[in-house]
Amino acid sequence: MKKIIGIIFNIQRFSLHDGPGIRTTVFFKGCPLNCVWCQNPEGIGRDPLQIRHRQKCIGCYSCYEQCPQGAVKKGPSGPLVDPELCNKCFRCCEICSAGAVEKAGHSIAAGELVTELLKDLLVFEESGGGVTFSGGEPFMQPVFLLEVLRLLKLKGIHTAIETCGYTAWPNLEQAAAFTDLFLYDLKLIDEDQFKKYTGVSGKPILSNLKKLKNAKVDLQVRMPLIKGINDDKNSLEKVAAYLLAVGIEKIELIPYHNFGEAKYEKIGREYRLKGLSRYSDADLQMARMTLDRAGILTNSEGE
Amino acid sequence: MITADRGATERVKKLRAQSVKTDPEISLERALLVTEVYRHNYGKVSPPLLRALVFKQLMEKKSICINDGELLVGERGPGPQETPTYPELCCHTLEDLAVISKRKKISFKVSEEALKAQQEVIIPYWKGLSMREKIFEMVSPAWLDCYQAGLFTEFMEQRAPGHTVAGDKIYRTGMLDLLARIKIKLAELEKVNGCDRAAQEDQLNAMAICAEAVIRFAERHAELAEEKAMIEESSERKAELLKIAKVCRQVPANAPSNMWEALQCYWFVHLGVISELNTWDAFCPGRLDQHLEPFYRVDLAKGTLDREQARELLQCFWIKFNNQPAPPKVGITLKESATYTDFANINLGGVKADGSDGVNDLTYLLLEVIDEMRLLQPSTNVQVSKKTPDLFIRKVGEVIRKGWGQPSVFNVEAVVQELLVQGKSLVDARCGGTSGCVETGAFGKESYILTGYFNLPKVLEITLNDGIDPASGKIIGPGSGENVQFDTFNQLMAAFKRQLDYFIEIKIAGNQVVEELYAANMPAPFLSLIIDDCLENARDYNAGGSRYNTNYVQGVGIGSITDSLAALKKHVFEDQRYTLQELLDIQKNNFAGREEVRQYLIHKTPHYGNDDDYADSIMKQVFKLFYDAVNGRPSYRGGTYRINMLPTTCHVYFGSVVGATPDGRLSGLPLSEGISPVQGVDLYGPTAVIKSAAKMDHLLTGGTLLNLKFTPHVLAGEKGLDSLVHLVRSYFRMDGHHIQFNVVDTETLRKAQQNPEAYGNLIVRVAGYSDYFNNLGEQLQNEIIRRTAHVSL
Repeated sequence: MKKIIGIIFNIQRFSLHDGPGIRTTVFFKGCPLNCVWCQNPEGIGRDPLQIRHRQKCIGCYSCYEQCPQGAVKKGPSGPLVDPELCNKCFRCCEICSAGAVEKAGHSIAAGELVTELLKDLLVFEESGGGVTFSGGEPFMQPVFLLEVLRLLKLKGIHTAIETCGYTAWPNLEQAAAFTDLFLYDLKLIDEDQFKKYTGVSGKPILSNLKKLKNAKVDLQVRMPLIKGINDDKNSLEKVAAYLLAVGIEKIELIPYHNFGEAKYEKIGREYRLKGLSRYSDADLQMARMTLDRAGILTNSEGE
Repeated sequence: MITADRGATERVKKLRAQSVKTDPEISLERALLVTEVYRHNYGKVSPPLLRALVFKQLMEKKSICINDGELLVGERGPGPQETPTYPELCCHTLEDLAVISKRKKISFKVSEEALKAQQEVIIPYWKGLSMREKIFEMVSPAWLDCYQAGLFTEFMEQRAPGHTVAGDKIYRTGMLDLLARIKIKLAELEKVNGCDRAAQEDQLNAMAICAEAVIRFAERHAELAEEKAMIEESSERKAELLKIAKVCRQVPANAPSNMWEALQCYWFVHLGVISELNTWDAFCPGRLDQHLEPFYRVDLAKGTLDREQARELLQCFWIKFNNQPAPPKVGITLKESATYTDFANINLGGVKADGSDGVNDLTYLLLEVIDEMRLLQPSTNVQVSKKTPDLFIRKVGEVIRKGWGQPSVFNVEAVVQELLVQGKSLVDARCGGTSGCVETGAFGKESYILTGYFNLPKVLEITLNDGIDPASGKIIGPGSGENVQFDTFNQLMAAFKRQLDYFIEIKIAGNQVVEELYAANMPAPFLSLIIDDCLENARDYNAGGSRYNTNYVQGVGIGSITDSLAALKKHVFEDQRYTLQELLDIQKNNFAGREEVRQYLIHKTPHYGNDDDYADSIMKQVFKLFYDAVNGRPSYRGGTYRINMLPTTCHVYFGSVVGATPDGRLSGLPLSEGISPVQGVDLYGPTAVIKSAAKMDHLLTGGTLLNLKFTPHVLAGEKGLDSLVHLVRSYFRMDGHHIQFNVVDTETLRKAQQNPEAYGNLIVRVAGYSDYFNNLGEQLQNEIIRRTAHVSL
């Protein structure tokens, strides 16, 4: 039988905030959106990439000496990669003794991934936890996702999918049969704004949310709060109105933090929200009040 | 200034402040009293009678005090924090005393007067006679080589064999009852003409002298309380003093009849045990909530005590422990246990004799008491069984996540099975628990002696040098220093086994010498009254009189040796990236100029603690070799040798004698602690750590020690509390023996290191006990900082 292969970039055990209990979260590589606030930029592209941890580099220049393409140059403060020459063979990640170059993204067969995920079976049982799929966007690899979900369900594992909702409806519909909980991201309602900040249309997301709701799946809507982008009264009221129209009365708020900022430099990308600080408690209270008044219950991480 | 005053009442606050603000000081009173007895009686009476006369002298002559406001009375020294010495075990030189008084950590004040007495009386009498000197004289040259090389330590070189815990007997049986039983036993002996008869009679007579002496000790406190009452102006305090007098006339002569008497009764017994000899270590009331509960229930029903009065009494009890620092240690014993803590470790919860859940209202009250007191001594742990309600573990979690290192958490099912494997009865196992750091024992019925730590990575170092200790260049193991060629990993393991067996052989041969010396010279007739079945057997605690006798050897550095072997297996034998000789040369130079090799070893080796079978199977292999080398050997006292896996502070000392290791560890740095992974290499979170740790067969040990460090936010909120409960339950379902938590930011620890004054009250979990961060040596502070702090995303 042909193995079903996917690309993931992390397996995070002891996840406490992506569903009930103690969970293992799998990060799928590739995302259709390109949100300006993205905290996992290494997960956006489908292909593996290099993460360079400059502070770990001991300056041995093994990567410079051994790169088959000669793509590594001696920079003023350590090795530099010439993206034109690099053919992504990732030899440098194997060579680097200090773990300063890391490959984000590797192929894994569905069965192999499930074996890895079952390592915490007892912990899932004790805690009512399970596995959460995140990313990237799990639905960028629908066949792989479905297979892993199916295999986990055979073992009775609680499954959750964290999704931006930007996928063809049949993908969601099929997954729903093997999914105990959808953690559904709702970022913005306004179409122009949505396009501006994510690069795509929000329409399929809104329509999928409605369909999921009607499909009677266990659904938890989550919203990242980003100062000046989606937290103004108008935006929040639109979110509330939309949710009520669909028949959803509750939303989990995820206040923005800037932990992801450092990653951008490490993968050689520009961070478009440079300097934006952590979302404040006062702003969070304001946002909650607005939503509350509009008839939506809120909670935030850890509650 | 250590900490703000804590306590439920003004009285407690004052007593606690006195306890934590008084500097420890050496008192020579005990040494002088003991010397006087030896001078008049040594060689004239049998050893048990001599020791009984010593005990009698101490109980009758040592100065006693009743501190202002206290309800429970009695100190080991003349006053709080005044710490006696035990010259019959270890006679300090003047240089020792100078070091003890001047060292930066774990120091004791030494007065001019004390120095003079040491010089003029103690040293002249004891020189050459102390157990310490006798032991070093009697052990083999090979043993001394190993000891000096840091292969193992020896607990009894400065302290008496101890490690036992009181059961429930003293709450049901007064000293007068025990005296009656001794009388009956003596009468029985008259009818038989065994060859041991004279020795047995001596032993029983010695025990009788001790029982009478401790009654007299209590009476002296009654008399002092009455005297104080005569001149006391406050009528309230006068009544308290008279009550104290009444309590002291009741116990320990008779069995206690209420909770106050029960606590005072235990305390006199405790003082008796720790005055008789400085038993290493950990004597404590054990299952305190079980023992006190019947008294508490009756007192409440009668209306003679309410919950708040019980709380105050318990807090007074806590302070009593904290008033007694561990006696001053020197040399290697100091290095292996650099703390004032004397390891009393009270057990809460667990199961009752019939197997039902042991958590009761007093358990919850005690949990509140420990949190209110926040004292280093006594330490506390909770015993969690599958019958323990989550409600209780959550309450425990609320204390744990405050981050001052207590209580630790134990697995009742594992502890009971460990005891059953060792041949204890089911009831004795259920009434047992864990003491010291993590050591399993049948409370009140077992002498389970820790004999010394054993340096597993050092054995590997010597294996890789074919018998030579590279630190000294001496050949101390089998081999000639020339044959370091191994073609396969299995050959290396076979060589390791040969060295390991050899060193264990030497360690245990030394232990036999030590035990024989103690059995012959240093009986403990008072302790023998407390632990079953010394009386029935008419045989001393130190000679195998207890119902169960166990000797433990404690393995240290399992994480470090596992990662070192994994590195060799992978990079030398499998990938052949380095030759063994190449790696050894690089290590010998402490990786100087070869940082890239060190980094490679750190980053490209499968590490223990990541739920990776490559490394974890090596851990299992080393564990099995260690277990096989030790377990089941007979001891001199008729007991059995077993292993446990804990370090106290010995992983720092052992690290200091081991050069750079194949896992990339630099020369002299601490080894991994307990069964925790090497500091900072466990990258897959706490569930991976407990999975790795649980691959060890804990049930074959007498205790293992696992430390987890969390940043505070992980355990915050209801979800954090849930997660803590779930982690504990998961680990215990996999037969994990013990888990403890440090909940602290690395940032806080760094700041505390730089600015100790501002963090005077910062308490951290070390290894099986807690200590003020400021009390720890720099190496140990750094080691704790380097431990992985688990976060959650």
